[in-house]
Amino acid sequence: MSGEVGQLERSLRSRIDAGGKCLVPYLTGGLPQGPGAAWTTTMGAIAAAGADGVEVGIPFSDPVMDGPVIQAASQEALEAGATPQSILEELTRLDLGVPTAVMTYANLVFRFGWERFAASVAEAGVAAAILPDVPLEESGPWCDAADVAGVETVMLAAPTGDDARLAAVAERSGGFVYAVGLLGITGERERLADTSKVIAARLKSMTDKPVLVGVGIGSPEQAAEVCEVADGVVVGSAVVRCALETRSPEAVGDLVGGFREALARG
Amino acid sequence: MSAPDDTGRFGRFGGRFVPETLMPAVLELEEAFVEAWADDSFRAELDHLLRTYSGRPTPLTECPRLSEELGVRVLLKREDLNHTGSHKINNVLGQALLARRMGKSRLVAETGAGQHGVATATAAALLGQECRVYMGEVDMARQELNVFRMRLLGAEVIPALSGSRTLKDAVNDAMRDWVASVEDSYYCLGSVMGPHPYPWMVREFHRVIGVEAAEQARDLLVGALPDVVVACVGGGSNAAGIFSGFAEEPSVELVGVEPAGGAAVGHGVPGIVHGMMSYLLQDEWGQVTEAESISAGLDYPGVGPEHSHLSDTGRATYPSVTDEEVVDAFVLLSRTEGIIPALESAHALAWVARERVALAGRTVLVNLSGRGDKDVAQMMDVLADRL
Ligand SMILES: Cc1ncc(COP(=O)(O)O)c(C=O)c1O
Repeated sequence: MSGEVGQLERSLRSRIDAGGKCLVPYLTGGLPQGPGAAWTTTMGAIAAAGADGVEVGIPFSDPVMDGPVIQAASQEALEAGATPQSILEELTRLDLGVPTAVMTYANLVFRFGWERFAASVAEAGVAAAILPDVPLEESGPWCDAADVAGVETVMLAAPTGDDARLAAVAERSGGFVYAVGLLGITGERERLADTSKVIAARLKSMTDKPVLVGVGIGSPEQAAEVCEVADGVVVGSAVVRCALETRSPEAVGDLVGGFREALARG
Repeated sequence: MSAPDDTGRFGRFGGRFVPETLMPAVLELEEAFVEAWADDSFRAELDHLLRTYSGRPTPLTECPRLSEELGVRVLLKREDLNHTGSHKINNVLGQALLARRMGKSRLVAETGAGQHGVATATAAALLGQECRVYMGEVDMARQELNVFRMRLLGAEVIPALSGSRTLKDAVNDAMRDWVASVEDSYYCLGSVMGPHPYPWMVREFHRVIGVEAAEQARDLLVGALPDVVVACVGGGSNAAGIFSGFAEEPSVELVGVEPAGGAAVGHGVPGIVHGMMSYLLQDEWGQVTEAESISAGLDYPGVGPEHSHLSDTGRATYPSVTDEEVVDAFVLLSRTEGIIPALESAHALAWVARERVALAGRTVLVNLSGRGDKDVAQMMDVLADRL
């Protein structure tokens, strides 16, 4: 990465500098909503409810890091005709007032072309990208293309990594460092995994970049608890479940608002 | 066939496209395999099991009646005579011993036809390990017998319910399990696919097929080698195993036979799934498309990366055969030689039967990767009108 701070990191930093905690909800792009609403309407509701950035999933047929909720949403969005291009086009027309990041799997990007995808992401006004099956060892072609296009690449750091590995991941990461909260795939859990605070603390001790914990943050209480250590949270399955169950942008906005309040209370 | 480069690539294929959570585990696995493979005592223990437990070496069988019928001299490498009924046990015994050496007490596996699942359940029973096998719901129905065998052997069988509910989805679920259980679990992958070091390691564990076959062929053919070596290709493990005995012999043609409905090398384009870059059946956006084959073991949209490389370099070719040709070959071998082949292995035979004119007068070595007992129930319906 060049020295300058990208759009996503700037947004998160301004929250942190003001003494707050960051909230980045996730929504599956192209997920059908109720009558009169589009998934982009739900994006708007999420942003308005106090998100510091929104992560948009571009659905893939074989999402190995995802649990049943996001798998189901991906499948539905694909059946409704979502493609990387359609999602990027809809994002281009969207002005949320907060930065967005796309989250998708390596094959969709590779098929599109590393450079062409990076350029399209930038053109759509999307700040960052997250590719959960592109670890450091395979990140070269993508990161080169993303750096050229000015797209921040958010890298994942997992509890299984030793200190040297976590440091290398944090060093390469842009936007924020995505701390994987537990050993497992996306999905809500009964309680906050012990590993969540541990990984956040380890990363905080080695980087100045924002450290957000994702995977397994299912409730406002869990979000507040992990933010005793972390700079913020990514909330995926809880948001997507609400979108699937209610098909209502307002309901999703209310859910996100609940997370924002809990983080504000601390 | 040599080792992949430092990034786990054969030419431009392979690599390690896994979630960060698994990255330390695949690095650790590579190190453990390299160390074990150089350790004589590990090799000796594996050889001992292959001989006394699985029944190796497997014979090379001359097929006089089939040869006469086709006008092609056909030799069979009898992997069907292994314990558990297929070549899969070669790899599984290697990996189960490696898991024990690494201190992992639980094996996770995916299975298509159930042969790899049965082999894994068997090794787990033998070594006192816990075992969980993911299997597509569609495959559980068409390979019911193997589901029962796995459960009898003490393994837990979990249906994969997403996507096409076949092998591809079973791999996804096994990887998801491994992401959560990586600290105490070993992922026992069933073919020459997945992230490095699996494609290489699994091929090395199957190399024994090729080494034995080359020696047996030289004995039988008084110093000569077969003109063509043929094997079916799902992920490509039995093919990689037998090819490795002949790849350095330029006179020997190597042929991997894919199902028409799952011809990753034949009809795919490079893609990334299940941890590897390889030829892959996918749509214009990179969504993986569903394979469709009569044989659950070959019903897979991808292929091991080394096969993609062997195809690119021209060292091996990858034609495909239709389900109808496979059914005919299944019957043909049963009737002419008294050997009921696995539907997977029948793909290799089907290619020989179809190409018999071009192959006339030549000697063809077919890897008979498994026996057909598991397919009999399914074939009772398919052949109801013919028998
Ligand atoms: C008998 C037999 N042959 C072949 C295969 C396909 O696997 P591979 O291509 O890895 O040899 C299977 C898989 O289930 C099998 O059971």
